[in-house]
Amino acid sequence: MTQTTAENPARKQRAQIKVRTLRTDRWWLAPALTFTGLMAFLVYGFWAIFDQSYLAGQYIAPFASPCLATSCPEGARLFGLAPFGDWYTLPPGLLILGLPGGFRLTCYYYRKSYYRSFWLSPPACSVAEPHGKYTGETRLPLIIQNIHRYFFYFAAIIGLILTYDAVLAFRDKDGNWGHVGLGTIILVVNAILILAYTFGCHSCRHITAGRLNHFSKHPIRYKAWTFVSKLNAKHQQFAWASMFSVMIADLYVRLVAKGIINFPFA
Amino acid sequence: MGYKAKFRVWRGEGGEGRLEDFTVEVNEGEVVLDVIHRLQATQAPDLAVRWNCKAGKCGSCSMEINGKPRLGCMTRMSTFEETETITVTPMRTFPVIKDLVTDVSFNYQKAREIPSFTPPKDVKPGEYRMQQIDVERSQEFRKCIECFMCNNVCHVIRDHDENKPAFAGPRFLMRIAELDMHPYDVADRKDSAQNEHGLGYCNITKCCTEVCPEHIKITDNALIPMKERVVDRKYDPLVWLGNKIFKRSGG
Repeated sequence: MTQTTAENPARKQRAQIKVRTLRTDRWWLAPALTFTGLMAFLVYGFWAIFDQSYLAGQYIAPFASPCLATSCPEGARLFGLAPFGDWYTLPPGLLILGLPGGFRLTCYYYRKSYYRSFWLSPPACSVAEPHGKYTGETRLPLIIQNIHRYFFYFAAIIGLILTYDAVLAFRDKDGNWGHVGLGTIILVVNAILILAYTFGCHSCRHITAGRLNHFSKHPIRYKAWTFVSKLNAKHQQFAWASMFSVMIADLYVRLVAKGIINFPFA
Repeated sequence: MGYKAKFRVWRGEGGEGRLEDFTVEVNEGEVVLDVIHRLQATQAPDLAVRWNCKAGKCGSCSMEINGKPRLGCMTRMSTFEETETITVTPMRTFPVIKDLVTDVSFNYQKAREIPSFTPPKDVKPGEYRMQQIDVERSQEFRKCIECFMCNNVCHVIRDHDENKPAFAGPRFLMRIAELDMHPYDVADRKDSAQNEHGLGYCNITKCCTEVCPEHIKITDNALIPMKERVVDRKYDPLVWLGNKIFKRSGG
């Protein structure tokens, strides 16, 4: 019989269990759903970039806002500005989507979701990953994830612009205030969810006061941190809710612009 | 009402072993550890299992039940179907001593590698003045019972034994965060967290948080804040510039 003394080298060996996991629940379901949801977002985003119907009266599709090229219709431009001149012939959405896209790509929640569902590293807790080697975020390319806070700064600006767009949606086609259509409600809900997701970000939490060790010396920053922490606790939920809301809002505006939706309270 | 449950328990020494089948009585209100003890008393007197408090506070009876890291004393039998075969194995990340008992000395070695609390030289014990809001972040991490299930489930070392020298595991990265957030700790822990204790290996897949029996938000409240602090130190040029200017004007 093997001796179990401290000196016995046999102690260096783990339990030799050959199966990948002994879990009996449906551990594969969550990564499968995540994969499907993220793929849907990517496919929709790719289509939306090249679709030109992004302005419907007072509504502008979130995937095309802010519209920064001279090819944008007057009503779609932010404060009438068009810094990218006629020389810019690519879809205007390409100019800005990298910022919220980068924000989500480097987001701590999304990292968890795609490391699990796309890279299977690991697919689920205590389910062995298929890779022979693992260095995590210690080297290129994944060390670039540390840029997340810079994407947060830009995403915060985009979030405020989408809020401004939602406010403008309270005007009717003639520019008179007081209009409330289904599009207005969809854009307002979307803006709230985008803001809740953006300002609940872990980098925002760190910037408000997470980096401090003496909360009591910075009461205002501590209050901000407390508020951001509450949003942060629901970061995953806001990530999914805002991802679907932005797709729904974007698709709705495009369907109105194409004339597919044309009921009176649109 | 009692019933006969089907158990598969890993038996062996030094890693070599196999799953053995047992049929064992289960009574109302029992937990998995109770059933393991009944196995010891009736069918397998040499079955090794580490346990102590039976109240989820000592962290001794960590094991894997149906593939998930759990405390044997906190896993109720009522959560399983009566017809279900329950598989119990030792923690997979650590070497086996015998049956369900693993050698967790890896964790003690990692604990020793972290410099202890380092107060300022001019502040003596008894002179610390801190408000509750200054220490409550660290207090969450003090709930840790050192069951080491977070280190066990972390794929960085669970699936890659070769990473063990470079990676302290969630439990001890949380310890570093606890000290770094302490108002009176002056040791520099950001560079060492990244360079010596392997914080960069963490890809925040949150399994440590999922298995923590004390429900500590290890990833959200310790590892990610620590990653952000490391970004301040090593990867953010604006913070670096700000620190340079501040230090220069301060000097």
